[in-house]
Amino acid sequence: MVNSAKRSAGLGDMIFLNLTRLSAVLTLVMLLGIIVALIYGAMPSLQKFGFSFLASREWNPPMDEFGAVVPIYGTLVTSLIALIIAVPVSFGIAIFLTELSPLWLRRPLGIAIELLAGIPSIVYGMWGLLIFAPLFGQYIQPFLSNTLGHIPLLGRLFQGPPMGIGLLSAGVILSIMIIPFIASVMRDVFEVTPGILKESAYAVGATTWEVVWKVVLPYTRAGVIGGIMLGLGRALGETMAVTFVIGNSAQLDTSSLYAAGNSIASALANEFSEAASPTHTAALIELGLILFLITFIVLVFSKLLLLKLNKQQGKES
Amino acid sequence: MDIRFKRKLINYFALSMSMIAVAFGLFWLFWILLSVFKLGLGGLNLDLFTKMTPPPGSEGGLLNAIVGSFIHVGLATLIGTPFGVLAGVYLAEYGRYTWLGRSTLFINDILLSAPSIVIGLFVYAVFVARVGHFSALAGIFALALLVIPVVIRTTENMLVLVPNNLREAVYALGTPKWKVITKVTLRASVAGIMTGILLAVARVSGETAPLLFTSLSNQFWTLDLNKPMATLPVTIFKFAMSPFEDWQRMAWAGVFLITLGVLSLNILARVFFRQKHKN
Repeated sequence: MVNSAKRSAGLGDMIFLNLTRLSAVLTLVMLLGIIVALIYGAMPSLQKFGFSFLASREWNPPMDEFGAVVPIYGTLVTSLIALIIAVPVSFGIAIFLTELSPLWLRRPLGIAIELLAGIPSIVYGMWGLLIFAPLFGQYIQPFLSNTLGHIPLLGRLFQGPPMGIGLLSAGVILSIMIIPFIASVMRDVFEVTPGILKESAYAVGATTWEVVWKVVLPYTRAGVIGGIMLGLGRALGETMAVTFVIGNSAQLDTSSLYAAGNSIASALANEFSEAASPTHTAALIELGLILFLITFIVLVFSKLLLLKLNKQQGKES
Repeated sequence: MDIRFKRKLINYFALSMSMIAVAFGLFWLFWILLSVFKLGLGGLNLDLFTKMTPPPGSEGGLLNAIVGSFIHVGLATLIGTPFGVLAGVYLAEYGRYTWLGRSTLFINDILLSAPSIVIGLFVYAVFVARVGHFSALAGIFALALLVIPVVIRTTENMLVLVPNNLREAVYALGTPKWKVITKVTLRASVAGIMTGILLAVARVSGETAPLLFTSLSNQFWTLDLNKPMATLPVTIFKFAMSPFEDWQRMAWAGVFLITLGVLSLNILARVFFRQKHKN
């Protein structure tokens, strides 16, 4: 009797352990599966174009000629614009939330920022196309042309017809989307700074800004960069918000940020279900593979940096 | 005196920039919500919930898309949740210090932020391309893959919070481990896990990209999972990009419904979690 109870307990344990372990292994299988399936799907394009796929600006479905330069350029440029705007803003928000805000305001403000992260990207996209882009083209772009446009070299980025949609608008919309991600990571890592460090600095007469810049930031540097990388990972793969406003043009012959372009994700969203030839489909899948590999590397980097901060914190406490 | 003044000046400047940054963030939030509510409420009417998506220029509603969205999100959550909870249990209870557990947790965090359009491509490659046609089933499969990492993350987080005393007390009674987990630790963290599921639902109900080449869309009413099916996000995408004014109006109404749904789920999850944790 005792024995059979023991045995059934052992059996139950074994079944449960393996069931849960199998589910966990599925996660790893999924990652491998994604990579294998994408490589397999991209095979026709990999074989036909080889490395020239990465160097060609041609994207010509009727002629079955494909190169990835324009979508990769669009992806990188829009994400870069997004970071340039989002990083300082997120830093400011995080400082406010951890150092300045009165206690009663912290929670509602934190929730508001997180709600911004919860809004589906299609909402940003549609709002960007129908509300933001017309105003952006009418007021902001001419203003930028008249000011930044006169700077030598840099000015070239801000010239051309202000259409509202294009690389710059896509970057701005992306920045609004990633601010909440970066800001909430920064806030979380700022909060792990030991109070005693900050208090020591205040005690010798440091100002709030000096505490943040010379104590909190050096202490949390790894985490802050990790948070920025996380935002970058989001920006690179974001689809709907970009697809609406980037203009979807496979041509690229100007350095202006006002020009319409294409990102990897927006090319996929627009063309994939209508791709007629197998080469076109395979080329798009190869684009997806490139996107996945880039974001994978960025996110691994981000995660490692955040883990490093956690370890450092564990050692000192 | 001079340097003190300078330091103070820099301090005030930096702190005002920080406040401006907060105002900047909130400005977008309010602008977006305001336009969604204003234009969305304007497009709202009874037809939206009783009629099918129309061809351009004629009257119609979003009924098939709304129902399609419920089917997609509901089934994806039903499929994804058990896997997510089980894997989360393994990571917190069995594999916390093992090689497999750690690497799974690491990979899971990466999948959590991986571009959802790539998940759509993956499902296309392994499912749609094999079967030879787009189907709602493929879309549900893609959404389920997005649910799993969210649920794994929260389940693991919540289980780790359960105090070890509790586990030890039950082990001391001679309880086998699987019973300790199912009857005690999982029950102790049920509020947290529910919160995670709600957040997962909120996340996938707005997802558009993974559905574009799995479920595709369908202008007509269908409950057949083997056929393309309309969903709210894909319909919004189609309608908003069109030049037709009545389609755009319906897209705004759709965006209003989605935003309202997602935001209430987010708020509900927080309130729910807070209440349970007060007790």
